[in-house]
Amino acid sequence: MSSGRKNAAPTTGAAVSVGRLDKVFDTKGGTVHALQGIDVEVAAGEFVSLIGPSGCGKSTLLRIIADLEQPTGGTVTVFGKDARRARLDQDYGIAFQQSGLLGWRTIAANIELPLELHGVGARDRHARSAELLDLVGLTEFADRFPDQLSGGMQQRVAIARSLAERPNLLLMDEPFGALDEMTRERMQTELVRICAETGAAVVFVTHSIPEAAFLSDRVVVMSPRPGRIQRVVDVDVDLGPAHERTDALREDRRFFGAVTAIREALHAGSASAGTPDGAQRITGPTGPDDRHDRLTEPA
Amino acid sequence: MSTIARRALPPLALGAVVILLWQVLVVALDINAYVLPSPAAILTQVTSYAPILIGAAIVTGTNALIGLVVGTVLGIVLALVAVSSRVFDELTGPLVAALAVIPIVALAPVLYTMYGADVQLARQVVAGVSVFVPVFINTLRGLRQTTPVHRDLMRAYAAGRWQMMRTLTLPTARPFIFTGVRIASSLSVIAALVAEYFGGPRGGLGTFITSSVSQSDYARAWSYVVASILLGLIFYVVALGIEVFALRHQRT
Repeated sequence: MSSGRKNAAPTTGAAVSVGRLDKVFDTKGGTVHALQGIDVEVAAGEFVSLIGPSGCGKSTLLRIIADLEQPTGGTVTVFGKDARRARLDQDYGIAFQQSGLLGWRTIAANIELPLELHGVGARDRHARSAELLDLVGLTEFADRFPDQLSGGMQQRVAIARSLAERPNLLLMDEPFGALDEMTRERMQTELVRICAETGAAVVFVTHSIPEAAFLSDRVVVMSPRPGRIQRVVDVDVDLGPAHERTDALREDRRFFGAVTAIREALHAGSASAGTPDGAQRITGPTGPDDRHDRLTEPA
Repeated sequence: MSTIARRALPPLALGAVVILLWQVLVVALDINAYVLPSPAAILTQVTSYAPILIGAAIVTGTNALIGLVVGTVLGIVLALVAVSSRVFDELTGPLVAALAVIPIVALAPVLYTMYGADVQLARQVVAGVSVFVPVFINTLRGLRQTTPVHRDLMRAYAAGRWQMMRTLTLPTARPFIFTGVRIASSLSVIAALVAEYFGGPRGGLGTFITSSVSQSDYARAWSYVVASILLGLIFYVVALGIEVFALRHQRT
């Protein structure tokens, strides 16, 4: 059975290894350099967030790792295999901002979808979906349909589905992006617990600084046009391993320290064009900044 | 239950008032039967010729049903081919558009000479072609409704073409297919019935309407019209019922 095989997948070495990655899109308005010279390594069991402003290519990077898009140059390996092989071998589970549940399937049948596609027998499928429904706390909703669930519940179903084949890698593209702040925090705490239970590595795309700080071992801060890695913030140094965190951390001074570190790295990225010490420039391109630009760059 | 009654009662009451008014006007103004027979006269015809009416409705209904089934199957299958083959799609697109504007019942006389005037086949072909167009167009549209997030998921699951079709594309298209069939259901009755006006074997509702009119038996002609309306209604309601049942968990 295929889900049994997944347990035997390598747990040592890098889960994801990205080297000198480039991605150029050809659009009507010319070529867009979405990613340039990206180097990232995600260790087994590690939680790495990709954060940055719109257009920095963080989603594109995740989609390339998932083999949903092809890089223009560079290499991607997932557990030592090329991205296509890893996708065909179902080495990762994936969740998007939209839950992408099929409206005509029950919650249980939605979770079982990947298992069904890969020929897992009905009894094993039901056992696995029951297990996962318990994990995300939705056991009593097994026979409901997606439109009978709230947005947060639907997203929990999507996460359960991404775990169906016991992947050692989870790829998540702003999975909590459409949820309200309260639900979002609850989901984050739940994700920490799920990661601790499954031991999976996670690549997590977000544009929320507190979310990245709370969830991650490391935060990869990216800057746009072209999409590049601005800085990598090691959150785990101050906050401890990601999978051991609890809700109490949100009011901890060390957490605010991590938020500040990520925030400064982000703003350094958005200001890097004009100022040598970008970290000091924390407001957007407003009036005073324009003047600042003129002072530093007399044209 | 009470809400259904509240919604059904006003149109039923209006219908009753219209029929009553019709009856009163025909009697009061002494209108000739060839202009407009009274509802009572039509009702008398309906009750006294009920077995013949039902027999005629079965003949026309069978033609319509065969056309509906064959046209639906062809419409869905060819839409599936069109969505998986770009060449076929570009070939058939203009043809289906042309088919949609041709008054298909007008082909009936031609088909009678092709297949012989003593078989029902020509009527079934006319009904089938009328059904094919809305089913094909709606199905094709439905097959293109999958969302990017679903396509991404299926690709991430390394789903094959057939798996993708079975688990995502076809279920997504289902509401569109049923809409096409619902539209086609009443079209099939109209097409099968009107095709009878142009000749072919006797026995259907259409032939009885024309023969009653030619014998100046207007109330009788109207009784066949009533039967035709009921037949079309049965087709539509059954199609709607199947649609509601099949899509009870699918809201779009």
